[in-house]
Amino acid sequence: MERVEAQAPKPPNKSNWISSYLFPALYAAIVPVMAVIVALIIGAIIIALSGSNPLVAYKELLIGAVGSPRAIQRTLERATPLIFGGLALTLAFKAGLFNIGAQGQLILGAILAGWIGYIFTDLPAIVHIPLALAIGALVGALYGAIPGFLKAYSGAHEVIVTIMLNYIAGNLTDYLSNGPWKDRARGNVVARTPKIAESAEIPSLGDILPFDISILNNIPLGAVLAGLVAIFVWWLINKSTLGFEMRTVGENPHAAQYAGISVKRITIIAMLLSGLLAGLGGAVETLGVNGRFEPGTNAGLGFNAITIALLARVHPIGVIPAALLIGMMQAGGALMQFNAKVAIEIIDIVQALILFFVAADILIRKMLRMRKSEGGLNLSGGWGGS
Amino acid sequence: MQAINSNTQARSVNLPWRLIVGLGVILLLIIISYIRSPQITTAVLSSTLRQSTPIILGALAGIFCERSGVVNIGIEGMMLMSAYMGFMFNVWTGNLLLAIVGTLLVGALIGAFHALMSITLKVDQVIGGTVINILATGLTGYFYQQGLTTSGKLQTITIPVLSDLPIVGPVLFTNPPITYAAIFLVVIVHLVLFKTRWGLRTRAVGEHPAAADTVGIRVNFVRYVNVIIGGMFAALAGAFLTLEAVGTFERGMTNGRGFVSLAVMIFGKWTPFGSWGGALLFGFANGVQTQIQFLQSQLPSWLAWLGQIPNQFIGMLPYLLTIIVLAGFVGRSRGPAASGKVYSKE
Amino acid sequence: MTASISESPIVLEARNVTKTFPGVIANQDVNLTLRRGEILTLLGENGAGKTTLMNILYGLYHQDSGEILVRGEVVRITGPADSIRRGIGMVHQHFMLVPVFTVAENIILGSETTKGLMLDLDSARQEIRNLSHQYGLDVDPDALVEDLSVGQQQRVEIIKALYRKADILILDEPTAVLTPQEAEDLFKVIRTLTKEGVSVIFISHKLKEVLAISDRIMVLRRGRVVGEADPKTATERSLAELMVGRDVVLEVEKGPANPKEVVISVKNLVVHDDRDQVAVDNVSFEIRAGEVLGIAGVQGNGQTELVEALTGLRPTKGGQVNIAGQDLTGAKPRQIFEAGVGHVPEDRQEDGLVMSYSIADNMVLNTYYRKPFAKRGVLNEQAVREQATRLVKEFDVRTPSPFVPVSTLSGGNKQKVIIARELSRPLKLLIASQPTRGVDVGSIEFIHKSIIAQRDQGVAVMVVSAELDEVMALSDRIAVMYKGKIVAVVPAAEATRERLGLLMAGITHEEPQPVAS
Repeated sequence: MERVEAQAPKPPNKSNWISSYLFPALYAAIVPVMAVIVALIIGAIIIALSGSNPLVAYKELLIGAVGSPRAIQRTLERATPLIFGGLALTLAFKAGLFNIGAQGQLILGAILAGWIGYIFTDLPAIVHIPLALAIGALVGALYGAIPGFLKAYSGAHEVIVTIMLNYIAGNLTDYLSNGPWKDRARGNVVARTPKIAESAEIPSLGDILPFDISILNNIPLGAVLAGLVAIFVWWLINKSTLGFEMRTVGENPHAAQYAGISVKRITIIAMLLSGLLAGLGGAVETLGVNGRFEPGTNAGLGFNAITIALLARVHPIGVIPAALLIGMMQAGGALMQFNAKVAIEIIDIVQALILFFVAADILIRKMLRMRKSEGGLNLSGGWGGS
Repeated sequence: MQAINSNTQARSVNLPWRLIVGLGVILLLIIISYIRSPQITTAVLSSTLRQSTPIILGALAGIFCERSGVVNIGIEGMMLMSAYMGFMFNVWTGNLLLAIVGTLLVGALIGAFHALMSITLKVDQVIGGTVINILATGLTGYFYQQGLTTSGKLQTITIPVLSDLPIVGPVLFTNPPITYAAIFLVVIVHLVLFKTRWGLRTRAVGEHPAAADTVGIRVNFVRYVNVIIGGMFAALAGAFLTLEAVGTFERGMTNGRGFVSLAVMIFGKWTPFGSWGGALLFGFANGVQTQIQFLQSQLPSWLAWLGQIPNQFIGMLPYLLTIIVLAGFVGRSRGPAASGKVYSKE
Repeated sequence: MTASISESPIVLEARNVTKTFPGVIANQDVNLTLRRGEILTLLGENGAGKTTLMNILYGLYHQDSGEILVRGEVVRITGPADSIRRGIGMVHQHFMLVPVFTVAENIILGSETTKGLMLDLDSARQEIRNLSHQYGLDVDPDALVEDLSVGQQQRVEIIKALYRKADILILDEPTAVLTPQEAEDLFKVIRTLTKEGVSVIFISHKLKEVLAISDRIMVLRRGRVVGEADPKTATERSLAELMVGRDVVLEVEKGPANPKEVVISVKNLVVHDDRDQVAVDNVSFEIRAGEVLGIAGVQGNGQTELVEALTGLRPTKGGQVNIAGQDLTGAKPRQIFEAGVGHVPEDRQEDGLVMSYSIADNMVLNTYYRKPFAKRGVLNEQAVREQATRLVKEFDVRTPSPFVPVSTLSGGNKQKVIIARELSRPLKLLIASQPTRGVDVGSIEFIHKSIIAQRDQGVAVMVVSAELDEVMALSDRIAVMYKGKIVAVVPAAEATRERLGLLMAGITHEEPQPVAS
């Protein structure tokens, strides 16, 4: 996954950022962009085969995603937890770990943030929001650390463990939102937690800016936070010693051990940080979008995050556009389903196809006559040991 | 050298010993429990066998793939997709036999797709499996229609005489066909894997592909075939769900069984019989879970406390068990050495 | 004898064979003939193209141009199955045996005998016993391969070829993993085979044994045939010159050692291998500042585990390790490294380097967290770059830039990156494992000089090498390991190849003991 950097050796001259960052970034974007295009074409064929008009469907999807300020806001809202999820996967991938458990970490973060959001009613927003975010992130981090710990000390592969933990988290949140934390408001029969206090709601940019610029007003503050976190993750991975350690473990655990880096410690830390990002994503979604936790609303987020991380070529900054794209599809999907009568699950299919073409980049590269990529992700080295 | 030899011998002597003791204890528990409450024991045990069926079939799918060196975490998706297609074939043809044959073909196709990704396109095999899982969720969700009806599902075949035996009869000899087939297939797969030419080659390819290559075995061909066979086993597990157990299709109805299968495969050290033991353990966890929900009111006093536990916690049981099994056994069991690694000569 | 061979028919011939890999010419216009019953040796350094040529003859690769003739007929060998059918068998340098299979299963794999649908192992066992008797290759058909010694595994490989009725046998570096005595046994087997009409291509870079076994010697250098030699007239020196293309300095120039205080003292060390068997058995030794202790021994006698235990990569099961006055028994790699220990690992691809990282990042692989490369958890890229630029020059790493991925370098230059990194900080102890394996001659000289320079600066040095010549050239004292024990420590001045060879086979007394295998 370091292939981009590998193809464009970093010159010692620091000032020339165009050749050291922009060109490699554009080059790296070719395969993902092509993957999206090919996936959309195949998606169109499937829509046509099932008797609908793909052009109408995609038009409605686009209108629903960016057709109005409200639509853009919805896209940004949808993209926010996806950015966190994508970052969670990216960070884990860098350390050679496949955190399919982002889903479980995220919903636990979401429900805990919702709980903090509704049990306190008299906190100032400046305390309430950070507290709820922190608790959500913490729970995600702890839940992520479990598979990290099991991998480090028993060799249990994180893929199966995190999937099982997803189901367990699902059952746990079902129980909480239908039991002790159920919304007891009159007339409510569904499993959900009560509405969070107003002091816990994440505002839009317009609500806190002293001046008034209309295009900025609708930007959710959570999305801004997501962008800042993406930059931080990029810095952490590439510029800190911890990042160096995580990358080394991910690239070659033997060499890491030789270099005095504890593979066990890094495995746990990476999973913990990955879970923290996912939990934070869940918290932001509860506090900034849904206003409460309701089982099912975040279904599939963990799998979306895989697509996003790989579409971003496992680059933290690349996660932002990738998450925006998936966010657009989700935001526009409802309108598409309503106006073009195309089932919203087509988005899952397109996403799976994107994932396929990004992972099987050899196909796209052959199409474009680009050279073969070196190395790549290797996660499937059997189920045992490190 | 001598130390090593005596060690291996010690291992092979100890294992059946422990196995016999273990089986004896289980048998004893079953008899005691049968004496105290015969109905519940019988219900839980037959539920155990049926619940274990898709899991052992999934594990056999995993064994074929991994023994030849291909990791397959897409079994979940393969099951889901085949469950859906099996149901649809049943809707379209109204013939259960045709539906099963169609499902197996679908499984073979998905297996071929996984082989294409992991062998020819050299996609990371875990990612490849994830593609299948997401694709299956998307496709079955997109094409799912409510309110479809079928002519029915596979019926129980009662084996004369044997089915009249106490406990054993209703548990072992009163089952629908795929449940019988699963038991039969455990034996067949064991024989194929360890007693035939194909099995020897499969294991060689999964352990040391270069060695297989140098004696003229076509590594990637062997892998393709095995992954396709694996797809067919996963498909049978899917067919079990829609054509035998439930009778209709529901979104996401596999509910993690494909992943549990993989854990069971690891628990069973990549052997059919070992995996079957693991599958029965999970079948039991599932059986207890469903029977508790069913029989809540009829629970005898000594089991009444079970009825007090919230459903969601009982529902966690199989997943918790999977994690415990993985954490407890992976470190000590050794999988095929070349599993997950692309083989290329240069 | 010789006369009859030169008249016997040609069974295998290569004409103008050329094979290139991206960026490398592995074979260029290679011509080769092999007669019935002949032992032809291919001599050449690592990377001279010997193995590539054999892989072409065996059908694993296909030549870009040129022809292969088997028994006078031009053939295109499509793969191993094809070459087996044509009677060509190969024993690879890294054995092609499935460790968890039995001997019989390994031998029949790909040519299985069956009874109905089931495997027929009984008739295979019988056939294996027959072959064992015929050629003196004793091995138990039902033993698991992973439980066999290296020498026994090699016998399995040879039976595997004979089982397939091979009469052309290619042996790729067969003695690399054997004691001199085991090699002698192998030569007996080879001579029996040729008497029965089998033709043998023998690949090696060990001059002595080549002179002893061959009927004819062909020397390869940089993918070309640079000469043929008759073993009756050739000398080690003449062969060495052909091999490397210039006068070789087989000895390292160095003054007498000047040992001072003890730097590392190891007492009764016990270490287990991956299968939890004793690999290092109650080993004790000391190394003083300013001396080189060489560890000689056939591979797999505990050297790897010993080094891993001393550098913190493997837990110890007993005993004590004291380095520079600190008790570092069971310490973590970083503690040991902080105590002033440099480690050149045995497997540089696997342990010593991160292939996708730049040379610069690899140069700080174990110092990245220290000043000046990092401050409070933040990397200082400027310092990393400066260090890399300086070390690349100082250690003569041949690269267009210090910022290219280390994977683009040749073996010798990769090794120089590791040497540069380890020697770039003040050391008290240097542990170098196989420091010149797979490295070109120029780099070998440079690396040897660097190691001796460390010694002369007062560093205690431990050199582990499978090459007896290297151990003898570098060491002041030589410890010989056999089955996990140090069977003897010999001053370098008193060490001869013969004496070390006997020690490597576990024979410590004058009268030879039966070697358990």
